[in-house]
Amino acid sequence: MKLKLKIWRQKNAVDAGGMVSYDLEGVSTDMSFLEMLDTLNEKLIMEGEDPVAFDHDCREGICGSCGVVINGDAHGPEQTTTCQLHMRSFKDGEEIIIEPWRAAPFPVIKDLVVDRGAFDRIIGAGGYITAPTGSSPEGNSTRIPKPDADAAFANATCIGCGACVAACPNGSASLFVSAKVTHLNLLPQGQPERTTRVLDMVEQMDAEGFGGCTNTGMCTVSCPKEIPFTSIANLNKEYRRAVQQSNKA
Amino acid sequence: MVETLSKNPRVTGFGTLHRSTIGRKMIMAVSGLAMLGFVVVHMVGNLKIFFGETEFNEYAHWLRTIGEPALHHEWFLWIMRVGLIVALVAHFWAAITLSRHDVKARPVKYQAKRKGGYATTLMRWGGVTLALFIVYHILDMTTGTVNPATTNEPYDRITSGFGEWYNVVFYTLAMGALCAHIWHGLWSAANTLGWNRATTAGFRTFAVVFALAVAFGFLLIPYSVVFGLVD
Repeated sequence: MKLKLKIWRQKNAVDAGGMVSYDLEGVSTDMSFLEMLDTLNEKLIMEGEDPVAFDHDCREGICGSCGVVINGDAHGPEQTTTCQLHMRSFKDGEEIIIEPWRAAPFPVIKDLVVDRGAFDRIIGAGGYITAPTGSSPEGNSTRIPKPDADAAFANATCIGCGACVAACPNGSASLFVSAKVTHLNLLPQGQPERTTRVLDMVEQMDAEGFGGCTNTGMCTVSCPKEIPFTSIANLNKEYRRAVQQSNKA
Repeated sequence: MVETLSKNPRVTGFGTLHRSTIGRKMIMAVSGLAMLGFVVVHMVGNLKIFFGETEFNEYAHWLRTIGEPALHHEWFLWIMRVGLIVALVAHFWAAITLSRHDVKARPVKYQAKRKGGYATTLMRWGGVTLALFIVYHILDMTTGTVNPATTNEPYDRITSGFGEWYNVVFYTLAMGALCAHIWHGLWSAANTLGWNRATTAGFRTFAVVFALAVAFGFLLIPYSVVFGLVD
């Protein structure tokens, strides 16, 4: 298939950047979106041009490294990661507009690569549990109700790719933070920090400059791991509980 | 790091909720629900007009006597008004500061436009429309400043006011904005306050039906005047 690509090119963090058009031929419908970009980059390298920089690692949809906005949709038209999106989802001759995640806390480093260090700092603020060092305890000694285990697992599947922030009109990280808080606050191992976790993570989320949630639900339809929107209600519930606890303290 | 709410000290209880995004949203939710409670009572009370001029005017005057003799004449109304103003100011303050924070979080727009996500824009501009409407509505029905009626009787103000086509058009647009605002605002408030069932299809449907019912209840009056059911 033949494609007309319009890609955001930006030399470095301070460059103004702009959209550049490329015509690409010989794309197979079986290629992944990233393989299509590899094909473009091979052509650019052969022509002596600078290849398009984009993040990627496992290419199996589990690491959370890749992610670009394709025709206005984070990760493109299918609800999956960019690496698991295939060219059969596009039409021959189609124009495809490719842009980086856009949010003030995700500054562009080069072309389609953004700095998602803000997510790491949110995790550092409370997305952990205290665990004793040494040999791991017997797995069945801590019993967890099945519904809690299922809900925690569903939220634990968040790979921190940042699609929720990219899709949100407010650049809000609410879905990401809610997945982490829901996952850890549901489990017995997460209880010691249950109150401080949500307060610290929300404080860091605000400090990084992520916007607030306006309940548009754009995040959840872009999420490759289908983190449910109710996780945000749960984040708010945990927040309310934590504020109540800190009131007593 | 971007300059933000960040510099605020940590939330340490309900008294300091205003320091965080989620806290401000909770303030917006509670103040919105308080105003919604008033709006529903107001709408139901208005329907008294279908029992005739005397009963409606009596009802309107009775509102001024609630709480007597413990409260002085009209004090109950003034307590309500102060409460509503506090809720309105809190709601607006939260909406403006959060919106500014949100706009800063997305400084570069996407070149490719995406369908959906209109709710945010609708809430912001719908809120401004409603604020303008409230000012006009008070000048029209409470003080009578812009009302063509020759007496100060509530029934007369309604039939005279809605005798003018521009009032019917403006009130219809405002009730459209109110309907849209409740539509998204009701379940959003429930979600913000951490009610897990806020996003279920059942509650979303309830919010839609509720919003439509409130707007329909209010609009019954101007259209009854237009079609001569109330004169």
